[in-house]
Amino acid sequence: MKYIPHLLRSRKRKILEENIMKSIMAITTYSIILVFIYLILVISWKGIPALSWEMISEIPSGGFYFGKEGGILNAIIGSIYLSVGATFLSLLISIPIALYLNIHLLHHNRIKGGIRYLLDILWGIPSILYGAFGFILMIVFHLQASLLAGIITLALLITPIIIRAFDEALQGIPEGLLEASYAMGLTRNQIAFHIFVRQAMPGLITATLIGFGRAIGDAASVLFTTGYTDHIPTSLDDPTASLPLAIFFQLSSPIPEVRERAYAAAFILTLIILAISLLIRLCTSRLSKYQI
Amino acid sequence: MNREKWIEILSEKWMLLATLLMCMLPLSMGIGLLIESMPLLQQYRLGSLIRNSAWSPAEGKFGMISFIVGTLWVTGLSLCMAAPVSLLVSIYVTQYAKPWLMRTIHIVMDILAGIPSVVYGVWGVLVIVPWISQKLAPTFGYSSSGYCILSGGLVLAVMSIPYILHLQIEIFRTIPIELKEVSLSLGATYWETIKHVLLRQARRGIIASVGLGISKALGETIAVLMVVGNVPQIPENIFQAGYPLPALIANNYGEMMSVPHYLSALMFASLILFLIICLFNSVSHWIIYKINRI
Amino acid sequence: MYNNDIIRIENLHVTTATQVILKDINLKIPRNRITVILGPSGCGKTTLLKCLNRLTDLHPQLQVSGKVWIDDEDIFQPNVDVIAVRKKMGLLSQRPYPLPMSIYQNVAYGLKMQGIADKHTIRERVQHYLEEVGLWKEVKDRLHSPASKLSIGQQQRLCLARGLAVQPEIILADEPTSALDPISSKKIEEKFLELKSDYTLVLVTHILRQAKRLADHVIFMYLGEVIEQGTPQEIFEHPQTTILREYLKSGH
Repeated sequence: MKYIPHLLRSRKRKILEENIMKSIMAITTYSIILVFIYLILVISWKGIPALSWEMISEIPSGGFYFGKEGGILNAIIGSIYLSVGATFLSLLISIPIALYLNIHLLHHNRIKGGIRYLLDILWGIPSILYGAFGFILMIVFHLQASLLAGIITLALLITPIIIRAFDEALQGIPEGLLEASYAMGLTRNQIAFHIFVRQAMPGLITATLIGFGRAIGDAASVLFTTGYTDHIPTSLDDPTASLPLAIFFQLSSPIPEVRERAYAAAFILTLIILAISLLIRLCTSRLSKYQI
Repeated sequence: MNREKWIEILSEKWMLLATLLMCMLPLSMGIGLLIESMPLLQQYRLGSLIRNSAWSPAEGKFGMISFIVGTLWVTGLSLCMAAPVSLLVSIYVTQYAKPWLMRTIHIVMDILAGIPSVVYGVWGVLVIVPWISQKLAPTFGYSSSGYCILSGGLVLAVMSIPYILHLQIEIFRTIPIELKEVSLSLGATYWETIKHVLLRQARRGIIASVGLGISKALGETIAVLMVVGNVPQIPENIFQAGYPLPALIANNYGEMMSVPHYLSALMFASLILFLIICLFNSVSHWIIYKINRI
Repeated sequence: MYNNDIIRIENLHVTTATQVILKDINLKIPRNRITVILGPSGCGKTTLLKCLNRLTDLHPQLQVSGKVWIDDEDIFQPNVDVIAVRKKMGLLSQRPYPLPMSIYQNVAYGLKMQGIADKHTIRERVQHYLEEVGLWKEVKDRLHSPASKLSIGQQQRLCLARGLAVQPEIILADEPTSALDPISSKKIEEKFLELKSDYTLVLVTHILRQAKRLADHVIFMYLGEVIEQGTPQEIFEHPQTTILREYLKSGH
């Protein structure tokens, strides 16, 4: 094949362009990874020195904003109450909805599509608006800022997230399994809870963990609804501290010892999130071995 | 009737009820916010609320424009950074990178998406704010406390990237390999194939991913609130403080009950946010839905 | 003087981590003839075709060894200009894959990629090749509407025009009629018979009758190996191996 000189030149330019773009893209990709490492390092750098036994075993004394003594036990316990409660409450709604979509509405494509569309929109509504909505519910039902109000708001926030993740797992179940189950004479309820839930168990666990992670890390929705306190709640009506708000409030304090508490809380929260990601990875690789 | 039958009926009713409740949620959210903002809307004209810049709840002034402008600034800045970066990364990892890099990016993306907003805020306060006040702003001849809309935009960009990236990687993955084969066998280089064929094929998906990124960035609250300065003004440059809508809502939850119409004003701010986000969300999802059907 | 065989393949092996896809392929493909690669599906025909213009590069899991000579140039040498190699070959795949552009741009794309910038030249060539595949009359009033709006048969002819426009020497066709209706198939086949005076065609198919209609040279493959090759008469009238005899009898 013959080359005309100007074509050869344009060829070289093309290859140069490709190489330049490739380097730019490679640099961007590696910088994302670097930013991630930097973020984790900064949080650990500040958080690890602030950690002590006192920090995780005591409630703050002398007020969370001014008191120099004490730790963040109130926030740790509060966060656990809030996110466990919200996850549990949310599962009561989201499991039935996901199953309903994939068993009862399997062949009603328009309805199914419409519900998924609504759920996608809910998925994208930010937590601050769930907080505002939770606040409106509190006004309507004459609730105080409390553990219960926080649990309800968080449950609303994570329900679309859990449904989407569980729904994706259920959609992977072959249609033949449903037909085979009908053929065995099972009721739809038995199919749903005995066969589909078992079949999509890794997906359900992943969905639960994702929801739990969102619930424990979210600040904007509990800001309105749970209040903040130095104490560990003893009933559902008590206001409750939480890790994200412990960070948010105490970071702006002028007192260094109080800021230490914020760093420690940020580090603990990050550790929890890292542990959850790890668990999700383990679950999906372990449990999927038993699936068809 | 036997027990099995009862359980069957009960569980079916519960499923239906839960589904209906969930489907009602967006609507009841909108209506709830509208009802709560009615006291303000009856007192003031809608146009003056949106156009005025004076914000002084104690004196009964509820001008929203500086908050709306603040929101647009922060969201715009973050998208200007996050969208090109995610596009470059998603092309690189799906087209050029080795499988290990793809796996690494996936892990990084998952964790970044899971890290709570407030932790990004801490990072922003510790890293971005000092950097801007000590290095970047002086370089450009401005003096800044570092708590400014650029900080908000930067932190928000880092938070939006994993989200947009995830969507874009999916889009590039679903493009059939045959399309690449065609372009390559017509004598295009690999980069030309990406530029002229893949980007064109993916363009609607890219638009949708950016739309979802925008609606995500619009509502992000705590991290932005922590670094953006929170001064109700219309910023003149990116080194000045701003006050986006979500920050306004979150920051005043404590005092809103004591001033007349204050609560209503915050609910009105939520309503504006709700409407904008639902608009971006539903359009973007509509585009994605259309793509998946073809 | 040109060698009479445009493609020569020596000891070509293609493997993945777990299985062998092509085993010790040795072939010669004659210039200006239609060579038909015949065999049941899954025998490695498509992979063989992809080796010819190094589209195997897109599949990192494939390991290729051996030599493929095209115009006396071994295309698997590292310093080979892959783009020049690919330009010599037009590709027609099982299903038409129109580029996400207008009809006009689909044909013009390859020309632009070759550095032809003159609008007038491009216009002329687009018209010429659309006429050559008999599509011009059907599309001349909607050249700028999306190519995906055409029928499947029209799309496949558009893909052929697009391939011809970059003036290749060889046309690789991978079961090009398998997604088409009988009438469109017939049009494509007729086109192939006209094209062989100017081009070398390599056609992969599993349709026995199509092979009989078109072939000047037949290669029969089974499970990644070349079992027999020769003129249509040798292959269809005097099969040497039992595998081929069985295949001819069952007819697919």
